[in-house]
Amino acid sequence: MFENPTSRRQFFVAVGSLGAMLAVRSAQAQVAANPAAFGAAIGKVTGGAEVKKGRVKLDIPPLSENGNTVATSVTVESPMTAKDYVKAIHLFAEKNPQPNIISVHLGPRAGKAAIATRIRLADTQTVTAIAEMSDGSFWQDTGDVIITLGACLEDPV
Amino acid sequence: MARALINVPAQAKRGEIITIKTLISHTMETGFRHTSVGATIPRDIITTFTCTYNGEEIFRADLFPAMAANPFITFTTIATGSGTLVFNWTGDNGFTATESSTITVE
Amino acid sequence: MTRWAQRSVLVALVVSATTASAQIPQSELRSGYADLGRDTKAMQDDDTTNPGMLWALDGEALWKTKAGNAERSCADCHGDAKQTMKGVSARYPAFEGTLGRPINLDQRINLCRAQQQQARPFSYESKELLALSTYIGLQSRGEKLNPPSDPRMQPSLNAGKELFSRRVGQLNLSCAQCHDDNWGKKLAGNTVPQGHPNGYPLYRLEWQSLGSLQRRLRNCMIGMRAEPYEYGSTEYVDLEVYLTSRGRGLPVETPAVRP
Repeated sequence: MFENPTSRRQFFVAVGSLGAMLAVRSAQAQVAANPAAFGAAIGKVTGGAEVKKGRVKLDIPPLSENGNTVATSVTVESPMTAKDYVKAIHLFAEKNPQPNIISVHLGPRAGKAAIATRIRLADTQTVTAIAEMSDGSFWQDTGDVIITLGACLEDPV
Repeated sequence: MARALINVPAQAKRGEIITIKTLISHTMETGFRHTSVGATIPRDIITTFTCTYNGEEIFRADLFPAMAANPFITFTTIATGSGTLVFNWTGDNGFTATESSTITVE
Repeated sequence: MTRWAQRSVLVALVVSATTASAQIPQSELRSGYADLGRDTKAMQDDDTTNPGMLWALDGEALWKTKAGNAERSCADCHGDAKQTMKGVSARYPAFEGTLGRPINLDQRINLCRAQQQQARPFSYESKELLALSTYIGLQSRGEKLNPPSDPRMQPSLNAGKELFSRRVGQLNLSCAQCHDDNWGKKLAGNTVPQGHPNGYPLYRLEWQSLGSLQRRLRNCMIGMRAEPYEYGSTEYVDLEVYLTSRGRGLPVETPAVRP
């Protein structure tokens, strides 16, 4: 459906043009992009503060064989000292029915801010990683993932 | 049969940053799936994961339905001293699981 | 499957309809592992991150658990599985004299349960059966698939080969058309594998769980819109006999990870 979006702008233009179609389907499907929920989930974490791009590195495959298990890792540049450390890392999926994925709470004892996990993505979309610093600042990185479905759809066992 | 795979280095040097890998068996039912007759399958997920090191919490994670089944979480900590790491998972329907691992720090 | 994908598959199959399916030559055998993405390969390669190992852990515990009226554990007869089970799953299915036909590893486990432990056999695809077959399969990891060259298995091998080439279901497809003729090509974004049994039981990302070869064969049949055979049917064993022979020499990867 999405022909290798080369920029987030193109991606969102494509999404927007399908917005009407998605909205109709989503009423039945219950799996839909929900920009309001996505924004609210981020707002709950940041309290409306500015989220700057940088310091965070989100490592996620651009193409995933199966949306059920997508390997994801996040590292954040930080000395992780008592005065300057990463308090938390939050992951969000804009097109999942529920935008929160995981919130991880760290401290200076971590030594470095580096986590890895496996997540579920309902559809091709952008994943956002937001780091909350001890000084109250917020930083983010994003990653676009194309989800391919299994070739032979199966019924439950 | 809740089983967990914990990977903590058996030994470390004092001050070394070690990587801890955890994997626990759990279906992480999202609550968004339906049966073939349209009934919603209720949510059943692990919601919290914590790790303590000699009693002090060094890591905590809040999990949501978007975490893959059989949650896998890797994190780091500074090897401050010999002792025990205790891993705790709690979730819906009273789910709890605990595992522990010892480490020797010279 | 999307209509577009269906049409692409049908076009490819119409083209190959008149040519007989050719078995893959030994030199071109390729495990499904080769088609995995980087992260999925990493998941399989590391025992601390391979979800299939959770079932192997359960199997290790079951191996030592006394069961049935005989109050016996597998270990009581078979000792340390790491020694006694090495190479075993690589040479299954094997001929079972008392039944007069080949049986697969799951059936072997259940025979032991019934006859030696006097315990109720495990249901197909139950957690316990998967755990034990994973644990036993793990002891053959790295060994080459080594089906027994037992002439008594020839009828089953022939039946399995026929099943593999038989067109079934609403899509009128045979296993051979995808897995012999079109392996390596894409079907709706995924690479068509050759379809070998060397990784089973395996953790399938689609299932978010570990499952047996029978489960996968049933899912393929459902995907082809065919009525799957019942669990435990001789058709599955015959197919497994054929698949193991067809994949002879590939390394056992139990518990593998596949999308």
